[in-house]
Amino acid sequence: MSGTLATVHAALPAVLPAALEETGRTSTGEAVLFWVLAPIMVLAALGLLFARKTVHAALAVVVVMVSLAFLYVAQDAVFLGVAQVVVYTGAVMMLFLFVLMLVGVDRSDSLVETIRGQRWIGVLAGVGLGVVLAGVVGRATYAPARGLVEANAASNPVGVARLIFGDHVLAFEVVGCLLVVAALGALVLTHRRRLTPRIGQRELAERRVREGGSLVPLPAPGVYARHNAMDVPALGPDGRPLEHSVPRVLRVRGQEADAREYAARIDRVLAGGWANGAGSFTSATGDGPPLGARALAVHAAGQEDAPDDAPGGADGADEPSAASADAHTADGDEMRDEEVAR
Amino acid sequence: MSLTNYLVLAAILFAIGATTVLLRRNAIIVFMGVELMLNSTNLLLVTFARYHGNLTGQVLAFFVMVVAAAEVVVGLAIIVSIFRTRRSASVDDVNLLKS
Repeated sequence: MSGTLATVHAALPAVLPAALEETGRTSTGEAVLFWVLAPIMVLAALGLLFARKTVHAALAVVVVMVSLAFLYVAQDAVFLGVAQVVVYTGAVMMLFLFVLMLVGVDRSDSLVETIRGQRWIGVLAGVGLGVVLAGVVGRATYAPARGLVEANAASNPVGVARLIFGDHVLAFEVVGCLLVVAALGALVLTHRRRLTPRIGQRELAERRVREGGSLVPLPAPGVYARHNAMDVPALGPDGRPLEHSVPRVLRVRGQEADAREYAARIDRVLAGGWANGAGSFTSATGDGPPLGARALAVHAAGQEDAPDDAPGGADGADEPSAASADAHTADGDEMRDEEVAR
Repeated sequence: MSLTNYLVLAAILFAIGATTVLLRRNAIIVFMGVELMLNSTNLLLVTFARYHGNLTGQVLAFFVMVVAAAEVVVGLAIIVSIFRTRRSASVDDVNLLKS
């Protein structure tokens, strides 16, 4: 790190003539740098003042801080320039952005004035402060600037380090303590005591078993030859559509499709109805409802206690049939034959 | 160019930061205004260090930086904990002590 700083410092006079002239005025290169950066900095600072979105304000402050780092380096404060980038732009502003994301970026200022006339008083006070400060600082007479060539003879970081670890070592230690205390304080302040018992995976599983209901994951939506989307319920082993196989959101929105259409065609194809000439897709309904529709009817009827017109279907559907599709269609075939015979 | 320009720039930045603290209500933006003021003071210190040919100003700016970092950590923690309890980051909503 210090090697890098020393390299930067050694390369600096070539890039940016930072040394002051005899009269205490800066070089032309530094003046150009200043007049390029100063308007940018003032505009970015005004951006902080006027930005509607907090993230934009934070980015404006980052611009100001990086520009300040440039000015520090131009003013023979190489160590501070690097520290400015690392500490302010790298750590402090990133911390700001983290907290912004934590608190919510969409929160904008309320425009309601709690104190009447605060805005105008604030503007007046701010402009007044600026005028007074700039006036005093700008119009005061200073001794000709001496520049830091002597003080920085052994490179700037070395000079600063000699002062910090020499004259100001006690302050340095105190500041170290302060940082530790600040870190601990931040931990304590943001620590949340748990008021309710923690609900982990085990607790969730136990609650599920205790409350009954389905212990396994819900069935996946139906997959049909002509339709493979999440809005069609799957058929259970008994041929009934499983309502809960469709995602709850779709059910709530009423976007659930009817399984009858797709299930009916599959039934007829698997039953060989079309191939055997027993009917076509359109005429099959004349023979009686196909299995899917019948199962639906049974399903609906099962909730209203067994209708008279489909006792066979109800029996067939209530029997716990095999889970495989073949057995299911065979079952359906039999039922279909029965019905035709009747 | 005289070094006074740096001082005037620092004064302007300080005034803008102070105005931000006075006008904005979002606690985080107010806090950034404070940071801007600290930064402008640092610029002032660095410039005066150059005026006097003495690095003590830079050392002071360094200490300001460190203390500002500590202050940011604690301040943001306070903002976060206030936000957790009151669901607001506005400085106007922190009026619990107002009877």
